[in-house]
Amino acid sequence: MTTPTQNAAPEIGPDINGFFGRFGGRFVAETLMPLILELQAEYNRAKDDPAFHAELEALRKDYVGRQSPLYFAERLTEKLGGAKIFLKREDLMHTGAHKINNCLGQILLAKRMGKKRIIAETGAGMHGVATATVAARFGMDCVIYMGSTDIDRQQPNVHRMKLLGAEVIPVTSGTGTLKDAMNDALRDWVTNVDSTFYIIGTVAGPHPYPEMVRDFQSIIGQEVREQILEKEGRLPDSLVACIGGGSNAMGLFHPFIKDTSVRLIGVEAAGHGIETGKHAASLKGGTPGVLHGNRTFLLQSEDGQIQDAHSISAGLDYPGIGPEHAWLHEVGRGEYVAITDDEALDAFKLLCRLEGIIPALESSHAIAHAIKIAPSLPKDHLMVINLSGRGDKDMATVTAHLADELAD
Amino acid sequence: MSEQTMNQSRIERCFAELKAANRAGLVTFISAGDPDYDNSLNTLLALPDAGADIIELGMPFTDPMADGSSIQKSSLRALTAGQNMQKTLAMVRALREKDQDTPLVLMGYYNPIYCMGVETFLKQASEAGVDGLIVVDLPPEHDDELCMPAREYNIHFIRLATPTTDAKRLPLVLENTSGFLYYVSSTGVTGAAAPTPEKVQAEVEAIRAHTDIPIGVGFGIRTPEQAARIARFADGVVVGSALTDCIENAASPAEGTQAVADLVSALSGAIKKARD
Repeated sequence: MTTPTQNAAPEIGPDINGFFGRFGGRFVAETLMPLILELQAEYNRAKDDPAFHAELEALRKDYVGRQSPLYFAERLTEKLGGAKIFLKREDLMHTGAHKINNCLGQILLAKRMGKKRIIAETGAGMHGVATATVAARFGMDCVIYMGSTDIDRQQPNVHRMKLLGAEVIPVTSGTGTLKDAMNDALRDWVTNVDSTFYIIGTVAGPHPYPEMVRDFQSIIGQEVREQILEKEGRLPDSLVACIGGGSNAMGLFHPFIKDTSVRLIGVEAAGHGIETGKHAASLKGGTPGVLHGNRTFLLQSEDGQIQDAHSISAGLDYPGIGPEHAWLHEVGRGEYVAITDDEALDAFKLLCRLEGIIPALESSHAIAHAIKIAPSLPKDHLMVINLSGRGDKDMATVTAHLADELAD
Repeated sequence: MSEQTMNQSRIERCFAELKAANRAGLVTFISAGDPDYDNSLNTLLALPDAGADIIELGMPFTDPMADGSSIQKSSLRALTAGQNMQKTLAMVRALREKDQDTPLVLMGYYNPIYCMGVETFLKQASEAGVDGLIVVDLPPEHDDELCMPAREYNIHFIRLATPTTDAKRLPLVLENTSGFLYYVSSTGVTGAAAPTPEKVQAEVEAIRAHTDIPIGVGFGIRTPEQAARIARFADGVVVGSALTDCIENAASPAEGTQAVADLVSALSGAIKKARD
């Protein structure tokens, strides 16, 4: 009797220098190095501290509303006629997206380190809102850097952050989007190292951020594992999640990396189409480089100058990707695909009509890919899509794009 | 020329001469290609005669995370005018045709070097006459990326030490540093306000207990008076944002070149008299 061959599960990083294969690292200015090493030491202590986990667990339950449901999308499954589709409902969590999972973990670290001032970058504003929320909850000063372009297209989130007591600083340097907001947040941090904790919103940045954010987001995949075993008695066959920096995808994927029967499918934003150059697909349309403290795939010119990303969803509009995704891509453990603005909008509409759920435009990219592949998959194929956020924040964008349909 | 002098690099020879003359050196920064290639080359070629002892030439990058608005803008002006690494190295070759003595250090971020390929970059930089590198986002933890390969090409890897570099970490920072140590006098980005000279002096003296390497001090030094005060105790005084401001504020590129030269002359004059 022969057993089916399986790909060996890759060794999970990072190594002590923060590398996942050749990706990751700590490419930062000397001023930040001592602080980053201190953060790493504190994170290691926290990981071994039951009191830290107990506090985090209590807040996840009573403040965030975890665990989030794993919902069988019956009508979507019927309509597509193939794979059995489940939605992981991160959109139902406090502040409306998965971002809060990470912010809670990091603010507890900030508290342990005696920091009183929190800074963060934000694109769509979801990470900014989640950061402002936890800063309010813990009584800390909060400054959010947001690109001026993003401020214009995400007004409701700007108002939310201000209501929560945060100062929102418009970033006009560069192109006024997420990467520039991150540059200015790093400049703030380098200036205020003693007082300030930088809550990075995705699985990128210098080590230990990619590891730390992944760990705090892994609650998503841990719950999915538990929930699908309870519902179906076995592991899922595929996991699908959208990717900007990649934190919701990494949180879903990570607890399954060793389970090589589970397909990990990351969906980047193809914008107007990768061939047009106006996209945000760092893996499908980028090359390796070093930015924001880590080596990863970047959208850049041949001369190593960073190029603008484009996506209808501000949360995916980033010219890089977390280094662990770059590694999963390189070793072939993850499958990475891209979805255009138009495909995402169609998926957005379909989920509204079929399931009564208004998804974030970011998450709509994951739905769109499921729409593509689910029909050709067998009916016993279990697919979990991370519904990473809700779409209330996207009303202005969607209304502008669907003006004709909404007019009647 | 003694054997020892012959084996010295341009940077080492420069600091030896400065020490013999009992004065600090003036280290000037401009972004290569700011506001465009031709005018930037004119500015570069004017620096030695104006009094620059060491030249830092910025390799423009779209995302200069450790720089304040003045150098960010100068970087973007250069990129908008079409500057790239090949043109930056061409500027170095053009300088070397006229000037064999003034040390030149390329300063910037790792990504453009990484994308060109470290070996290709080092070979071309070495052939062009580059003496040292300052790469802001390569801490000693990543010495194997560029610092160690650069030594094979006899290019100094000049490290930054900062107020957050404590006594425990300093030996690591110094370990593979050569040419000089660049002491960043304030936490923050380039162009930020400078701390008091007394504080900086105490910090520089503390570093001297660990090393004999020359120490250049920068960040926030804008005027001849500030430069002179730092020059009393530092081996080098670095001025950057004040010079890129000259280019930004000039009515024409030619006037920008002249304004840079005028400020460099004034800084140099003040530094030369600082220890009288």
